[in-house]
Amino acid sequence: MSAVLTEEQRALQETAAAYLASHANARESRDGDQDLWQGIAELGWAAVIVPEAFGGLGLGLAEAAVLLEESGRQLSRSPLFASVVLAHPLLVRCATDPACRRLLPAMAEGRCTATVIAGPGLSPFVAAAGLDIQARRDGDGWVLDGLAGQVLDGDTADMALVVARLAEGGMGLFEVAAGLAGVTCNPLEAWDLTRPQAGWQLDGVRLAAEARLDSPGALDDGLCGALAATAVLLAAEQVGGAARCIELTVAYTRERQQFGRPVASFQAVKHRCAQMMVHLESARSALGSALAASSGAALDEIAVARVQAAEAYRFCAAEAIQLHGGVGFTWEYDPQLHFKRAQWGRQWFGTPDAWRAAVADSVLGQTPDTRHHGAQHAAGTRARR
Amino acid sequence: MARHLSGRFEVLRHRGGPGDETAHSQLRREWEQVMASGGWIGLGWPRAHGGRELPVSLQVAFHEEYARAGGPGRMGHIGETLLAPTLIDFGTPEQQQRFLPGIREGTAFWCQGYSEPGAGSDLAAIRTRCWLEGGQWHLQGQKVWTSLAHESEWIFVIARSTPGSVGREGLSFLLVPLDQPGVEIRPIRQLTGEAEFNEVFFDDACTAAECIVGAPGEGWKVAMALLGFERGLSTLGQQMHFSHELQLLVDATRARAVDRDPAIRRRIADAWIGLRTLRANALRIFARGEAAVGPEALVYKYAWSNWHRDLGELAMDVMGTAGDLQAQDDPLRRLQQVFFFSRADTIYAGTNEIQLNLIAERGLGMPRG
Repeated sequence: MSAVLTEEQRALQETAAAYLASHANARESRDGDQDLWQGIAELGWAAVIVPEAFGGLGLGLAEAAVLLEESGRQLSRSPLFASVVLAHPLLVRCATDPACRRLLPAMAEGRCTATVIAGPGLSPFVAAAGLDIQARRDGDGWVLDGLAGQVLDGDTADMALVVARLAEGGMGLFEVAAGLAGVTCNPLEAWDLTRPQAGWQLDGVRLAAEARLDSPGALDDGLCGALAATAVLLAAEQVGGAARCIELTVAYTRERQQFGRPVASFQAVKHRCAQMMVHLESARSALGSALAASSGAALDEIAVARVQAAEAYRFCAAEAIQLHGGVGFTWEYDPQLHFKRAQWGRQWFGTPDAWRAAVADSVLGQTPDTRHHGAQHAAGTRARR
Repeated sequence: MARHLSGRFEVLRHRGGPGDETAHSQLRREWEQVMASGGWIGLGWPRAHGGRELPVSLQVAFHEEYARAGGPGRMGHIGETLLAPTLIDFGTPEQQQRFLPGIREGTAFWCQGYSEPGAGSDLAAIRTRCWLEGGQWHLQGQKVWTSLAHESEWIFVIARSTPGSVGREGLSFLLVPLDQPGVEIRPIRQLTGEAEFNEVFFDDACTAAECIVGAPGEGWKVAMALLGFERGLSTLGQQMHFSHELQLLVDATRARAVDRDPAIRRRIADAWIGLRTLRANALRIFARGEAAVGPEALVYKYAWSNWHRDLGELAMDVMGTAGDLQAQDDPLRRLQQVFFFSRADTIYAGTNEIQLNLIAERGLGMPRG
């Protein structure tokens, strides 16, 4: 996405805005809205990042970002996030051709949903030692053990792509179907109902040889790259959410009368809204730069978008509650939903502080304390050149 | 650039500009002529007026390279980037032929007479009067915060030509020579101890009848169009200066061995992220072209000025007690200037408070108070 959307991107945005608004489902039950995902699949959005060779549309992160911005605006609850912008990029970057050919066509059609297990919080800065699942060879196949405490869409995804620490050293990418013998899934009560999570316990889960998906060496750079790509798309979702918070707040304060005039006419209120806009537009600019460079973006570029969007969304959601006054604190009004999702989004794909630390390493050089993730950082930077 | 910024001009590298405007002013005047002889003034002006008619992208590239090379703060920018485009759009052929060559040749310097003691954020409250008498315009009143007035030959002024008019009506845009008995320029000593701004007093000052741009009473329109020409083409150049300052700060962090302090590292990371964001924002403005003013343009002044202020605070925190003392060596002196002068960044060209009003009203459509 350059600073200004192309015609095609604008058309996609309009379709997405209209469709997702008609299926706003943030308050629905854990099962979500099956129709929503059905519709998303029919519109082809599940195929957005998947290369054409594997039955996808082969579009870029920029188009995915358009979708994510709209789903962020509507707080949509669907497999779009875990499946399309988390699992698909990981497969595309790290899996072998045969694995992609076997898995991606069904995913692109929306017939199979997926999630990713790759260490707590799915940090791009993860190293093998930080992974929570271990894999050891067993004849031709593999056996996986371990506990992934919080898995996004863990109770609804058809499969998990598991990045495991290999007993022989290094990392491997495995396909683990939900319901496989030895897999126990425990749904969790999350504050953000739009981002359901579950724990996955793996006890001696036996996998055939072809369940190992990664091509040799691909994870070394590709895992960081894939999770960083997801971090950019999370930033897009947060930009959408922040924009929505401003729209809701401006609309509400224009309508709400106190002291005989609209609350929106008080300078104290206007200035807070203006500061929300400064945050939003900063994040939007940073996101545009990260997406424009996304085929070759250094992690530094992604860090800027990630930090600005995470900060903008929480600021805007918190201000939305404040400026809605009493009703902003109620269940019925939307600011609380944004506030919860904004908080959720800070903890995944590298916290804003982890990204800041990566930037500090790059600007100031590493220190003994930071050398570890700095090494990952440098590797990731290389990966996208 | 690198070749010309050598010899006696070497001392000008990274000098001048807001916060350092008094540095080497005589030499910087001469530098303007070096620029002119290379054809670097009036890059965007039409060829018919002696410019090079370069597209925006190349002008931006020039400003960025200029700043990257450490090119000094320009003395002629008010004439080149504000007055000249105004004359090209609103001036008479005679005015264009008379005033544009001096600006392009780097020999005529201009300052801007807008603000008054009673007309700051509320610019339309101007009280300086002007009237036509004996074939010339006469002026009575006072301007303030006039940058570079003491270095300029001419000032452009908005003054009230219709007696009893209020607000935006009845104003005229005049070109006034400064070297005359009716004009007094007094420097304003600012909190840094330096004087980059002035008060300009008009006590029956005069200018020729033809030195009015636009019709009498249409001064507001001309004055606002002039502000519109400040499209921020030099924005990336400004960011290169910021980038230089951030590098000085990183160096200072290492020199003081606080580069491993987690709190300092976090703040440096934020400064770096903020600067990259400003750059992304500026690129977004340019990508949109001249067709429309987007939201990113609306928030830009607020964003950069507050970023710069934060950078100054961080620099002083890095310096520790050494920051108590007026540094003699250039890098630390520069950082101290950033700390002190950046308090003005959030005041001039629309205070923070005015910027937030504009964002709320124009960007979000919120009602005027």
